[in-house]
Amino acid sequence: MAEKVRISVNVNGVQHEHEVEPRQLLVYYLRETLGLTGTHVGCDTSQCGACTVNVDGKAVKSCTMFAVQADGSRVTTIEGLAKDGNYHPVQEGFWEKHGLQCGFCTPGMIMAAVDLLNKNPNPSEGEIRHALEGNLCRCTGYQNIVLAIQYAAAKLRGEPVTGAVADD
Amino acid sequence: MYTAEFTYHRAKSLSEALQMLQQNPEAKLLAGGHSLIPAMKLRLATPPALIDISRVPELKGIRREGNTLVIGAATTYYEIETSDLIRQTIPALPEAIEQIGDPMVRNKGTIGGSLAHADPAADLPAVVLALDARLKIQGPSGAKVVDVDSFFQGMFTTAVGQDEILTEIHIPLSSASPSAHAPTQAVRMAYEKFPHPASRYAVAGVAVVIGVSGVRAAFTGAGEHAMRLSKLEQALSGKPLDPQTVEAACQNLVDPAQLMGDHNHSAEYRAHLIDVLAKRALLRLV
Amino acid sequence: MADVTKMVGKAIKRREDPKLIQGRGTFLDDIKLPGMLHAAVVRSPYAHARIKRIDVSRALAYPGVVAVFTGEDMMDINPMPAAWQAGGVKSNAVTPRALAVGKVTHVGDGVALVVAEDRYTARDAVDLVEVEYEPLPAVVDARKATEPGAPLLHEVAPNNICMEWECGSKEKADAAIAGAEVVVKEEIINQRLIPTPMETRGCVARYDVATGEFTLWMTSQAPHVHRLLLTAFVFGIPETKLRCIAPNVGGGFGQKIFCYADYAFTMWAARKLGRPVKYVEDRSENYKASTHGRDHVTEVEIAGTRDGKVTGLRVKTWANLGGYFSTIAGGIPTTLYGRITTGVYKIPAAHVKVWGVYTNTAMVDAYRGAGRPEASYLIERMMDRFAAEIGMDPAEVRRRNFIQPQDFPYDNGLGMLPYDSGNYEPALNKALQMVDYENFRKEQAEARKQGRYLGLGISSYVEICGVAPSAWIGAVGQGWGAGLFESANVRVHLTGKVVVTTGSLPHGQGVETTFAQIVADELGVPYEDVTIEWGDTLAAPFGYGTYGSRSLAVGGTAVHKSVQKIKEKAKIIAAHMLEAAPEDMVFENGKAYVKGSPDKAKTLAEVALQASLAYSLPSGVEPFLDETTYYDPPNCTFPFGTHIAIVEVDTDTGKVDLKRYVAVDDVGNIINPLIVEGQLHGGIAQGVAQALYEHGYYDEDGELRSSNLLEYAVPTAAMLPRYELGHTVTPSPVNPMGVKGAGEAGTIASAQAVMNAVIDALSPFGIKHLQMPATPEKVWRAIQNSRQMGQAAD
Ligand SMILES: Cc1cc2nc3c(=O)[nH]c(=O)nc-3n(C[C@H](O)[C@H](O)[C@H](O)COP(=O)(O)OP(=O)(O)OC[C@H]3O[C@@H](n4cnc5c(N)ncnc54)[C@H](O)[C@@H]3O)c2cc1C
Ligand code: FES
Ligand code: FES
Repeated sequence: MAEKVRISVNVNGVQHEHEVEPRQLLVYYLRETLGLTGTHVGCDTSQCGACTVNVDGKAVKSCTMFAVQADGSRVTTIEGLAKDGNYHPVQEGFWEKHGLQCGFCTPGMIMAAVDLLNKNPNPSEGEIRHALEGNLCRCTGYQNIVLAIQYAAAKLRGEPVTGAVADD
Repeated sequence: MYTAEFTYHRAKSLSEALQMLQQNPEAKLLAGGHSLIPAMKLRLATPPALIDISRVPELKGIRREGNTLVIGAATTYYEIETSDLIRQTIPALPEAIEQIGDPMVRNKGTIGGSLAHADPAADLPAVVLALDARLKIQGPSGAKVVDVDSFFQGMFTTAVGQDEILTEIHIPLSSASPSAHAPTQAVRMAYEKFPHPASRYAVAGVAVVIGVSGVRAAFTGAGEHAMRLSKLEQALSGKPLDPQTVEAACQNLVDPAQLMGDHNHSAEYRAHLIDVLAKRALLRLV
Repeated sequence: MADVTKMVGKAIKRREDPKLIQGRGTFLDDIKLPGMLHAAVVRSPYAHARIKRIDVSRALAYPGVVAVFTGEDMMDINPMPAAWQAGGVKSNAVTPRALAVGKVTHVGDGVALVVAEDRYTARDAVDLVEVEYEPLPAVVDARKATEPGAPLLHEVAPNNICMEWECGSKEKADAAIAGAEVVVKEEIINQRLIPTPMETRGCVARYDVATGEFTLWMTSQAPHVHRLLLTAFVFGIPETKLRCIAPNVGGGFGQKIFCYADYAFTMWAARKLGRPVKYVEDRSENYKASTHGRDHVTEVEIAGTRDGKVTGLRVKTWANLGGYFSTIAGGIPTTLYGRITTGVYKIPAAHVKVWGVYTNTAMVDAYRGAGRPEASYLIERMMDRFAAEIGMDPAEVRRRNFIQPQDFPYDNGLGMLPYDSGNYEPALNKALQMVDYENFRKEQAEARKQGRYLGLGISSYVEICGVAPSAWIGAVGQGWGAGLFESANVRVHLTGKVVVTTGSLPHGQGVETTFAQIVADELGVPYEDVTIEWGDTLAAPFGYGTYGSRSLAVGGTAVHKSVQKIKEKAKIIAAHMLEAAPEDMVFENGKAYVKGSPDKAKTLAEVALQASLAYSLPSGVEPFLDETTYYDPPNCTFPFGTHIAIVEVDTDTGKVDLKRYVAVDDVGNIINPLIVEGQLHGGIAQGVAQALYEHGYYDEDGELRSSNLLEYAVPTAAMLPRYELGHTVTPSPVNPMGVKGAGEAGTIASAQAVMNAVIDALSPFGIKHLQMPATPEKVWRAIQNSRQMGQAAD
């Protein structure tokens, strides 16, 4: 077995120190070593985005990064997004706008959406769809995900938002 | 999904990275990891050691040196996309990068990784060919600067040797005036891409640059590696660049026999796409 | 019912979501048991080969490997069962064993099982198992596989034909076609799709050595069915020795209905090794070894008159079954396809012949819509071909042939149960109005003059929902030889809180919310006081699970019926408490009282308390409010509607741009519009994906070329349009709530709307048909061909 490497990572505000095998992917470090199973694995070719987390302020696919690469980094996972029992506006948007069905893609979608809104607080529908190209959802057909992100964007800009309503 | 075993070495400096390469002759450099790790997960690549160069300071950053733009090899796509200097000098470069993969890929992937990997379907190889870039490569016995035209040598093969590291990408800004901030004086480039519906890589992509000495154009996605569109460059040489000339020039630019094809996109179709994309890219500039 | 809560009909957000948006759901791979081992499978790289020798010694010697097994080791369990053989199965269906024995029939067929301390080690050791194969010639196309000289997969199935089935009247159809004014003939391919739920499949098996009991956590749409099949058929043990638990399931779309070999080998290994074993397939394995959908080759003729009446339909379909017969593969291309090929039209003479064929590909079974999308695509494409042939507007041709409102219940002559209710023209008209049809045709003509190619495609569909009636689906020799009812238990605890346990197995359909809405309204209790449980065979009554859009129409009705029983019993107990006669009682808004005196009422909570304390109950009345219903509906429900797509084709590249998508659906009464819309969006997305992007493609040698998400184009947000939805409401007379179901309508309606639009856009080039998916190169080539033949409009 290859020599283990000592890493120190801050995950959701908690500092962790572990000896890891170099080949352990960040996603399995989070899921299996730390028990943070909200980050999912949906593919083996880095396409689906179910594993998206935030590393040092940017969204990354945690299946396409080794845990050793995160040494010294700050990681936020879906479990760390809500603050003081309050949902992040993107989480709230997904709930209000029915932006999820089976919920498997949802943690990754939400983390990607947070990244988008950090970079662009007022995205157009086209920009939202473009920004989601690394996240696959098989259930929703994406429309309500787009609405959820628009809801969150408005809320983050301090504009009024409306909750769950049907389309017609 | 689970890679084979390897040892991990993180380099703190360029010299340390070079040293590590000497000590681990079969090692692979790890930059953004977004070509290497997917290959390792499918066990298409099983390097015994990885040398992480993503934190090597000498490989990071974007600066201007006179009439040349210098981009460190380990600079991420995201850093290039959001660089003011690049937006001012080559506004089409962020636009091209915007079409690579997805935001997560662009947050991690690096320009040097893309060029050194030389994936036949990658975008930036065509772009740097059109931009007439020069590549700085550091080896155990010093640095060399190679012309982009001799950089790509085959499928996944470049002028970078096993014991060498691509350190910088130099892009001439000669067609833009040195103090230029206005987009009209920036490098006139356009990149048109036809993405694969699943992988998002290029089925075909064409980059064109209109410079003081004429048109440079290159394609990717269909050949063994990105290549110049010399037929197009010649057809336009010395001609006024108007839509009619462009239209007439963008015919049968590459021979399908030289291209690769698969069940979704045959070589013949890709050759046709190159004509269409070249035309569209040029028409955006004339 | 008077309106106190009125949850039904409201767009309330889902109660399943808080967990999921915080990453606190429990999906299969999140389960970790003490001492758990990890399994990985050695899979065949060959499409068709004899296994000459397997040497596991190097793998066994690898540190961390606990055991390596082959198919020969597992001969003490039976092959997987064929649960739905349908009418025409000619020979014993050949189902897979836990691992292949002697021979492999498709790329990805399991050959050996490695069990190790962790998943990395298991994967390492897979490469160390040495298998010697003798490759055999392969065949992947269903029609070609039946031709003389084709490679033979199974001795028991000459010409690779596993089943031969027909419905309708051959004489009538032949006569109608022979004497018709117009006959249009076409070859229509419904390409192979890979369902791709975002969570792959897997299971964790635990065996209790002391009691001989298994527990199996599984990514399953139907845990009760799996328990039955795995115990009674595969392991030959009493049903009570297996508990099946489905945690959160990350999408199914059919793929998680079936009884897979991996359940069997994981259980077998857990028993053998006395330790829990986990098996989770990766995406590439999901693509190679879990079931696919569709894959029909069809020759079809439609006949009619010049004034637009369709008079006959004759269909021959070669349905690909893959390398083995999957659990309910027999029912999909027969009962769920053949019997509904005439769609929303009154076609007096129709005949459908189907061959189910083995090929060297992954097994084919139900995928969202299961048979009905294939049928709907076929008839809707042919209606357009027919309309074009006689030069009539495609909307008008549809109108002239619709089954009329007074025709219901309608018998289509193909052995289908009678369509329950419908009114097809208003849905068509509404959709046409939403796209502003007249105006579009003008715009289209204008655009063509400028060399821009717009197209509009109509799809009027009917589908079968609430797939259930046991008298039909269970009929021996035709159906699947078992009932298909659904169950629900409703209990009112002494605090007045209501607990519902259902045999349905929701995995994204919002059933937890919908069922709670129904119960809250019917019982007049706060919505928050209703809890819905499912997914564990130990806790839930026997049920057949969630697929075939059955959860609401069948499972929901079972809940509804149990609630009615609770109300009846509550009235009896309340009458006793009020010293009144039960027959004078009413139950309304959560209270029971004597008719005319609502002021002296007993609340449900008071009655529940009385029923629990039980010291003073009317004689002969059992304590507790606890009622179970096994609901077997008299009929299926038949949702319908019209979808319209508008596309623009880039003739330079062949790329199709889907500009608008309008859907008018009639799913009967709606419990929660938010959820219904979500189901329709997702369904439409999958149909659009079939029309434009997805293809589970095998080359001639049986290599799966679309073997992962790098090649198989599951669409992203940027590849799909905004959906514009409209509704008409025709309540179903089949169930008391008048619901029909909405889980598959979107998928069933959409592919042909898009394809009809593509062909409409290309009609100036003389193009009459293209096979799906309409990829850029395919479209571009069709245009090139027509230009070369001088057909061009430009
Ligand atoms: C989902 C997905 C979609 C993608 N889509 C696209 C796309 O549309 N277009 C596109 O162009 N690319 C695409 N990519 C690839 C992506 O752009 C990669 O990030 C890039 O090609 C490689 O850069 P990297 O920094 O990640 O390199 P790494 O993966 O770290 O390295 C790649 C190779 O280059 C070598 N290397 C790296 N840096 C150096 C150096 N400085 N000197 C010498 N050798 C070096 C490594 O040893 C390795 O062999 C996609 C990737 C993914 C995962
Ligand atoms: S698991 Fe699919 S992209 Fe990471
Ligand atoms: S909600 Fe199921 S995959 Fe997105």
